[in-house]
Amino acid sequence: MSNEFGQGFIALSPTDLLLAAVLLVIAGGLSWRLQLGVEKRLLVSALRSTVQLLLLGLILHSLFSTKSPWMITLVGSVMLAVAGYEVWSRQTRRLRGWWGYGTGALSMLLSSVTIALLSVSIILQPSPWYHPQYLIPLLGMLLGNTMTGIAVAMNTLGREAWSRRGEIEARLMLGDTAAESIEDIRRASLRAGLIPIINSMATAGVVSLPGMMTGQILAGGDPMEAAKYQLMIMFLIAAGTALGATSAVMIMAHRLFDERERLSLHRLTPAKNS
Amino acid sequence: MDLVVSHLQREGLQDINLLIPGGQTLCIHGPSGSGKSLLLRAIADLDPNQGDVSLGDTRRDKVPAPRWRSLVMYLAPESHWWHDMVGAHAPSWPLGMLQMLGFDKDVLNWEIARLSTGERQRLAIVRALAREPKALLLDEPTANLDQDNTQAVEQLLTDYQQNLQSPFIWVSHEPAQRDRIASFTQEIAQGALQ
Repeated sequence: MSNEFGQGFIALSPTDLLLAAVLLVIAGGLSWRLQLGVEKRLLVSALRSTVQLLLLGLILHSLFSTKSPWMITLVGSVMLAVAGYEVWSRQTRRLRGWWGYGTGALSMLLSSVTIALLSVSIILQPSPWYHPQYLIPLLGMLLGNTMTGIAVAMNTLGREAWSRRGEIEARLMLGDTAAESIEDIRRASLRAGLIPIINSMATAGVVSLPGMMTGQILAGGDPMEAAKYQLMIMFLIAAGTALGATSAVMIMAHRLFDERERLSLHRLTPAKNS
Repeated sequence: MDLVVSHLQREGLQDINLLIPGGQTLCIHGPSGSGKSLLLRAIADLDPNQGDVSLGDTRRDKVPAPRWRSLVMYLAPESHWWHDMVGAHAPSWPLGMLQMLGFDKDVLNWEIARLSTGERQRLAIVRALAREPKALLLDEPTANLDQDNTQAVEQLLTDYQQNLQSPFIWVSHEPAQRDRIASFTQEIAQGALQ
């Protein structure tokens, strides 16, 4: 890219990355010295992200050159499957059996994948429409962000339904429907899932410079273009999170009652130790 | 309107058959863990169970469960509340009933967190009657109440029963209370009527 903002961009050398890693090592050392106990997790997740991102870079590199629809579908499915697992593993009390995994994964399919497909086919319109340079990063961004919202919403629902079972049953006893009885908890769960994205939209550009925009500017892009892309991404993420968390909460709340609208908490797993 | 229970079964209960004519009270007693609450919860369809239950012409399996529970209402031994204030828990509160239990209408603005156990229990009874159930399944409704309040609750419930000619099942530990309110009595032990 050649414009007033870039003599192209400054390519990162391995040494640059190493310098950034040294800072992380210092942080880890501090945790070890103060016995905070996060140094091991810090190290593991830093290594995980290194391997995963470099691997992704490699895969995307070859994906961009082949543009094979099958490969794109495969990469997208793997991303969705892993995101589904993440949502599942972040819940203290989850639905038993395939419902536990399926509810989160299906909600992400409904939200992230649909919205990613809609935005490349209607908004961005690259050629071909499934061009991996647009589709895959968008999908990744959407999955990563909706994943957090959906996990928080489902976790809140499972936890609250368990601890407030007395209230739910008291309403059932009086003749309220299942939906009425869990209404307050459903609302609280949805709110918990959506608050992070709402807050980040409200403070974007004032308190924080969003990661994507920062990356684009550092890579030599026009700040105005970066802002427009950031806005689009943020709208898509907010829409995706709202859609995904809503469907996850609806499915899960429905599953907490049986066909005679009895509270069925045996469908939740015992709390995992955390 | 008679409450008829036939071949009711669930985990912890053996085949239960009951007929409570309208306006009458069946008192149930038995050691703790004998299945008194399990029975009442099963009749109200709050737990999975098999068998037929009907109230007058209304068969349980022919109406939606919430409708059934509002007709044949279970009153649990401990009450739960989900709003901050008392008043929000029912669309309209029968003031006469509140007065019978020693409350004036100010009580609707009280905070739940500030109520005593006994106050909650008495208010839970009014909260239930405000929905106008046709039959009541009472699980030790006076367990935490002193003598005066017990008497007031018994009076309120029997008045309600006489007005609507509704059948009651009433779990009670106290022989004296059973003598006052029971039309007939059954003992339950190890999940079976004796």
